[in-house]
Amino acid sequence: MANIKDIKRNLAKFQSVIALLIMCIVLSFLSDRFLTGENAWNVMRQISVNVVISVGMTLVILTGGIDLSVGSILALAGAVTAGMLKFGAEFTDINLYVGFTLVGALVGGTLVGTFLGWFNGLTITRFKVPPFVATLAMLTIARGLTMLWTGGFPITGLGDSMAFIGTGWFLGIPMPVWISAVVVLAAVVLTKKTKLGRHIYAIGGNETASLLSGLKIKRVKMIVYSIAGALSAIGGIIVTSRLDSAQPNAGMGFELDSIAAVVIGGTSLSGGKGTIMGTVQGALIIGILNNGLVLLNVSPFWQQVIKGFVILLAVIVEKMNSKEK
Amino acid sequence: MENKKQIKPILEICNVSKDFSGVYALRNIDMQIFPGMVTAVIGENGAGKSTLMKIISGVHQQYKGNVWLKGEATSFKNPKEAAEKGVVIIHQELNLIPHLSITENLFLGNEITGKSGLLDYAQMHKKAKELLTRLHLNINSRTAINQLRVGQQQMVEIARALLFDSKVLIMDEPTSAISDQEVELLFKIINDLKTRGVAVVYISHKLNELFEIADRYEVLRDGQKVGSGLMMDTNHDQLVKMMVGRDLASVLNKDQHCDGDELLRLENLCLQNPENKRDYLVDGVNFSLHKGEVLGVCGLMGAGRTELLEAIFGLHPKYVSGKIFIENKPIKISNVNDAIKAGLALVPEDRKLQGLIMNMDVEKNTSLACLNKVSRYNFISRKKEKALSRSYINSLNTKVPSPNIEVNKLSGGNQQKVVIAKWLATNPKILLLDEPTRGIDVGAKIEIYKLINDLAKQGMGIVVVSSELPEILAVSDNILVLSESKLTGEFSRSEASEEILMHAALIEKE
Repeated sequence: MANIKDIKRNLAKFQSVIALLIMCIVLSFLSDRFLTGENAWNVMRQISVNVVISVGMTLVILTGGIDLSVGSILALAGAVTAGMLKFGAEFTDINLYVGFTLVGALVGGTLVGTFLGWFNGLTITRFKVPPFVATLAMLTIARGLTMLWTGGFPITGLGDSMAFIGTGWFLGIPMPVWISAVVVLAAVVLTKKTKLGRHIYAIGGNETASLLSGLKIKRVKMIVYSIAGALSAIGGIIVTSRLDSAQPNAGMGFELDSIAAVVIGGTSLSGGKGTIMGTVQGALIIGILNNGLVLLNVSPFWQQVIKGFVILLAVIVEKMNSKEK
Repeated sequence: MENKKQIKPILEICNVSKDFSGVYALRNIDMQIFPGMVTAVIGENGAGKSTLMKIISGVHQQYKGNVWLKGEATSFKNPKEAAEKGVVIIHQELNLIPHLSITENLFLGNEITGKSGLLDYAQMHKKAKELLTRLHLNINSRTAINQLRVGQQQMVEIARALLFDSKVLIMDEPTSAISDQEVELLFKIINDLKTRGVAVVYISHKLNELFEIADRYEVLRDGQKVGSGLMMDTNHDQLVKMMVGRDLASVLNKDQHCDGDELLRLENLCLQNPENKRDYLVDGVNFSLHKGEVLGVCGLMGAGRTELLEAIFGLHPKYVSGKIFIENKPIKISNVNDAIKAGLALVPEDRKLQGLIMNMDVEKNTSLACLNKVSRYNFISRKKEKALSRSYINSLNTKVPSPNIEVNKLSGGNQQKVVIAKWLATNPKILLLDEPTRGIDVGAKIEIYKLINDLAKQGMGIVVVSSELPEILAVSDNILVLSESKLTGEFSRSEASEEILMHAALIEKE
């Protein structure tokens, strides 16, 4: 009996891996284009942006919060990077023109994202605005700033070195995959090995008990929202580079895909429970599903319906498993 | 007793027992409630009063024994059904919805609708107005609840109870939050209800009040009934004796040791009520705690015991005034980290809400308050963490299948040991324990008493807050009593007894 229970528990642990495997097997039978090296890299490259954003989202959700502003911050950071790279900064009053190298522009875009994330953290911790509302406001603010920065038009023609980030290959692996892998690795170390990571779980698990144990709750939350902002910016840079253009309406709806990845990955929306690798699996499931449905020529309208049901299914299965324990 | 025979009881409780997963809260209770009389139900915190009231009013459905209402055996499925049958409870904590108006609150769940199915506000306001007038409340029934003072809110609760044609009205500590004037008004209303033949069950700690308003009394202790009779046949001292009078936990061989150096001294420590600046939750408390001393703090619920510990531990820095000295040095504690650095540790009252991260394992809970000790450059050493938790599992004899089990799978006693381990791991000089044995079984209780004794022997200064007097008497070297935010008694172990402590705890302002 104990053995069956153990097997069941292990099955539950790996439920998203199993789901992934089943999906891959089914799809490889349904479409002969699915199980090819080319398609595999295709999927990986497609999900890399979602993975990067969702890592930040996971950290935020682990503290019991939510970040709806990731898509808008992504757009603004992408636009700022593109603008800095292409136009530099011109100060007509003092007759000064500052141009930026690629690195300068990348740092600039990332700083903008980090700052907006930090601002989210500030309104949430200092002014006690609920995360949902604070980041909903930021969703609009950052989108508006993007429109102002770009004047509503795409910024295009960013050069080969910029394009390399989104479309290049390094050691036989696409650059976006490298970037997301580094981000994932860093986040796994952060959550599993560091004090900050432990504090994130503790605060999401029980904020009162954490406060009474001397944890600096506000500081931890500020850091987490800043990280989420920075990762959105990195996502924005990848998107901009891949398209060789910063679109003012880039990243719309990305927050939903990101939350879906986190939830499918088994992270509890009430905080304190979940893993980075779970989120990666969640992003993979969504990515493969998207890919498969396209390969099978399913209409985009039906794709959305199916995706919604998959999210529901994942959460229901997760709930049933945790009840059984 | 004679005239009682002529009146038939409206509510009879026969041989009622109730247990919460094996722990008895009530044992074989018999009780009769008579119409047109006020019956006072008296007992210490945890004596079983609330549980009994919850059974009568349909909150608890699972119990042994019978409840008879007007000669019929009844078992209510929920409080609403009880209310419809005429048994209404006014809870101690207010159950009103702050943003809704008085009328909306009064009719919540029993709204009057017109023919169209829409709410008939005119009718409801009219009825509400009648009720308010009956209660001598001169407020517009359209006023939102959060615009009212707490006392007025309490009156609205009472009005809601009157809305039902109640035969039995249970009031749980109705005067804990209202002014003297309002108490007078409340008593007028109760007397009015009595003449209408309503049976009132009145729960209160304030004995003086009971002699004013109650006709009969029923005393509970440790879930059992220990006495009943007419108020006019008894007195203050007799009631106190019935409420306490027991000699538990004398099993503990306590070492006497309080001649060490001074560890902690409070001078005129005050804690303002954050919600009402004129009110103090802790009012001018002075005491000192020495190495190896166990200082017990007792008092009734709401006397300011927990708030005192929280004030010391830096949880309300903005509202605390007065001085705190640790080892004779004045110290400023403006957050929990300052408190930990100063050598303080607080084991809070509610381990699930305040003590533990329930879905984390034993190991991670143990290291939470001292992660610096097990980490280097912000990286946690799992090896050191494991060793830390293992050492406390051994020394506290915590029963866990594995240090990696989530704490929500442990029993209450073992959970409490994990909380204590967490705080011992910070190497405190002063340990503040708030209700350290609440909701845990007797075996674990004794273990915790012994642990307190051992820690004191090693030179720690310990403050124990508890609502169980036998516990206070068993573990303490010296005992402080709080009543209504003030220190009302200070006794050494040898001069204290449950009666003396209870008397001090019942001292009221003015």
